[in-house]
Amino acid sequence: MVAMPAPDRAVLDRREKIVSALREIVPGEGVIANEIAMRPYESDGLTAYRQLPMVVVLPETTAQVSKVLSYCYENGIKVVPRGAGTSLSGGALPLADGVLLGLGKFNKVLEIDYPNRAVIAQPGVTNLGITKAVEGKGFYYAPDPSSQIACTIGGNVAENSGGVHCLKYGLTTNNVLGVEMVLITGEIVRFGGKHLDAEGYDFLSIIIGSEGLLGVVTEVTVRILKKPETARALLVGFPTSEAAGDCVAKIIGAGIIPGGMEMMDKPAIHASEAFVKAGYPLDVEALLIVELDGPEAEVDHLIERVSKIAEDCGSTTLRISNNEEERLKFWAGRKAAFPAVGRISPDYYCMDGTIPRAKLPLVLAKMREFSEKYGLLVANVFHAGDGNLHPLILYDANKEGELQRAEDFGNDILRLCVEVGGVLTGEHGVGVEKRDLMPAMFNKIDLDQQLRVKCAFDDKGLLNPGKVFPELHRCAEMGRMHVHGGKTAFPDLPRF
Amino acid sequence: MQDAIKPRDANEVAEAIASAAANAKRLELVGHGTKRELGRSAQTDVTLDLSALSGITLYEPEELVLSARAAMPISEIEKTLEASNQELAFEPMDYGPLLNKAPGEGTIGGAIAAGLSGPRRIKAGAARDFMLGVSAVSGRGEIFKAGGRVVKNVTGYDLPRLLAGSWGTLAAMTDITLKVLPRAEDCATVLVFGLTDSRASEAMSAAMGSSCEVSAAAHLPQFCAEKIAELKSPGKSVTALRLEGISQSVAYRKMKLEELLRSFGELGALDANASRAFWKNIRDVAPFAGSAARPVWKISTTPSLAPEIAAGISAITAAHYYYDWAGGLLWLEMPEDKPQDGVVRTALAGRGHATLIRASASARASAEVFEPLDPVRAALSQRLKLSFDPNGVLNPGRIYPED
Repeated sequence: MVAMPAPDRAVLDRREKIVSALREIVPGEGVIANEIAMRPYESDGLTAYRQLPMVVVLPETTAQVSKVLSYCYENGIKVVPRGAGTSLSGGALPLADGVLLGLGKFNKVLEIDYPNRAVIAQPGVTNLGITKAVEGKGFYYAPDPSSQIACTIGGNVAENSGGVHCLKYGLTTNNVLGVEMVLITGEIVRFGGKHLDAEGYDFLSIIIGSEGLLGVVTEVTVRILKKPETARALLVGFPTSEAAGDCVAKIIGAGIIPGGMEMMDKPAIHASEAFVKAGYPLDVEALLIVELDGPEAEVDHLIERVSKIAEDCGSTTLRISNNEEERLKFWAGRKAAFPAVGRISPDYYCMDGTIPRAKLPLVLAKMREFSEKYGLLVANVFHAGDGNLHPLILYDANKEGELQRAEDFGNDILRLCVEVGGVLTGEHGVGVEKRDLMPAMFNKIDLDQQLRVKCAFDDKGLLNPGKVFPELHRCAEMGRMHVHGGKTAFPDLPRF
Repeated sequence: MQDAIKPRDANEVAEAIASAAANAKRLELVGHGTKRELGRSAQTDVTLDLSALSGITLYEPEELVLSARAAMPISEIEKTLEASNQELAFEPMDYGPLLNKAPGEGTIGGAIAAGLSGPRRIKAGAARDFMLGVSAVSGRGEIFKAGGRVVKNVTGYDLPRLLAGSWGTLAAMTDITLKVLPRAEDCATVLVFGLTDSRASEAMSAAMGSSCEVSAAAHLPQFCAEKIAELKSPGKSVTALRLEGISQSVAYRKMKLEELLRSFGELGALDANASRAFWKNIRDVAPFAGSAARPVWKISTTPSLAPEIAAGISAITAAHYYYDWAGGLLWLEMPEDKPQDGVVRTALAGRGHATLIRASASARASAEVFEPLDPVRAALSQRLKLSFDPNGVLNPGRIYPED
């Protein structure tokens, strides 16, 4: 288990005073200080970690957020922002000496601008809520994390959420046009808007995916797209994962970018089929779902080309959806893969590495070795188009030592992802979960540069400490520049 | 000419910058120097010539990824991609013709540092959207890396994207990893003749809001339309919408788009070859090339507001202008040598941002080249700059004046 920073006694001793000061800012039920009522906030989607916050604050206006943050800044109190709490990496895990700042009451769509294809929403609006608000006119918001029914757009901004359509339509960072954000000092600032590109530095780049460490987002402007005219899917089975991987590479090599391209391995196929009976073939080692979307003429043509490629790659089963019902059925098994695995194991641990696609067979083979070593089963679902791998490690938390073994297994997988040229997390975030693995990917200089960026926003380190960065440093130390005056190798300049 | 250093690799870049930091020297970062006359005129002591950092270090077409050293010419990268039927989908524009220089000279590092993207920006995204990873040297002379070589990555802050459009003021990029995409097999352009600016804005909005997957949308008032060879002196304004993809799809969407736009005005079309030439001209601001003395502005705004902003500026200055990005991008050329930044920014009124792209050194010294920021963002920008470059070594004053 990853350790959180030790609580500050001096802050805890002032708890009552802090609670009443916060009540002055957010009246009524907006401040929750009793243990039972705070219980629902003690963890997020990474349920292995639990911690009651010092106090929960649920502001309703940007002005309240600003006052809460400036109060916390002046009084040295830590703040953990939270959307719907669906993070799978512990990004919203509370701190014993911290304010848990819930943005759930910011739940309105503020403006729908069809001529400019933009929606302005408060951060507590769900991802699906944005699409629901505009689908009547045939529009949608493209990034679609699997938790989209519950997760909020504010949380999506914090985590740079992806989904199954990323390869073609991008991540959150490619679909957000602007934000209003409150800095830890209480200052309210806007970046972007309905126009494109940043004026000055592209702050949106680092705010999106900053996991609540840089500020609290209070408004989000996203671009919306017209729904594709049609979508059709292929369900293709292969005798080996190598053949399936080869097929993915050949599809992309042929210049085809499918709307979605998902792969499942045998354990995942069997678990899903037993759960939702989507009609998946059970005698294959790997199953590919390829979805093509766009104008009908294009989709029909591409379905043929992809079928041909799949056959050339040795597919043993191939079905093509002929209507919307069939297409959704193909997806039903994939979408239910996590709960399906949950049915066959008391607990599972979901990993989130990304690898260069060509390394898939190697990574799967290694994973089978790890599986034997740790004595735990693993099922794999894979966003094959963009290389994002979700191994689900099956374990039983009630059995002595299994959680630890599952975590060690997971860490081995993530280190492997980095070794083959990939990354620790594709879409779930670093949070608490992968914090201590950051040095597997970044050296001290890399991490220090990121920490200095953090310091530019939060010089006291009050926003979501204990997440993302394995070591906390005081910003004053980070700012020092160690120039060994005259001792650099080449002190005089023009010389090369 | 001031002194120049020409490092041969990333380690030598780091050494040069560390040395500059230790000796309080300010560096001007240069690749091929094609955009030296763009941006604020900064006071520097030494030129850091990065042009030796060349070469493609990784290209895997099936993985849609390419890595190159920062000073690799874009033209070379495009040639390599073309051999595998791929491209830089953000269509980086070439400032050469506009800035009175030869075309095709820019480097990938320069394109990223300046955040260059072309007409396809509205569909495919900007330069920053294709940044996957970077290795760079900070103002401390430290080599750091960020991002990776895979499309989906949320490990740590997205510094690669941040460096896009930072004009070399945060770090000297040495190695850049980009997402690349397949080139469209076919393309065509639908033209609508004789629309007013506001009617053209509506037409572009209707097209963008349809399922026709328009990949570029521009409107040229008559003055600018006359200057584009592919339009063959139309004698009126021209609104242009590009469709790209496989042939069957392009043909089908062209039919749908023509149906949608018929009520707006007389229609025309450009075939694939004419389309490619036309959009390159739009991308590279061909209507304002060859008149080097006249200042040129680039304005990014909410598409539907653009006609009002353009009319406001033009009424006072008689500036010529045209629209790209479905109206979200306005290119303006001032009729005389004065940039008239007061007029431009008053009309814009904070509803987007304006950048002075072409102007004499003296004009760039007296006008705000980049959109001024409110105090909170200005202070944050300053802190961000210091977090990378505490001694102000890298391109000081290129974007904002130094204190």
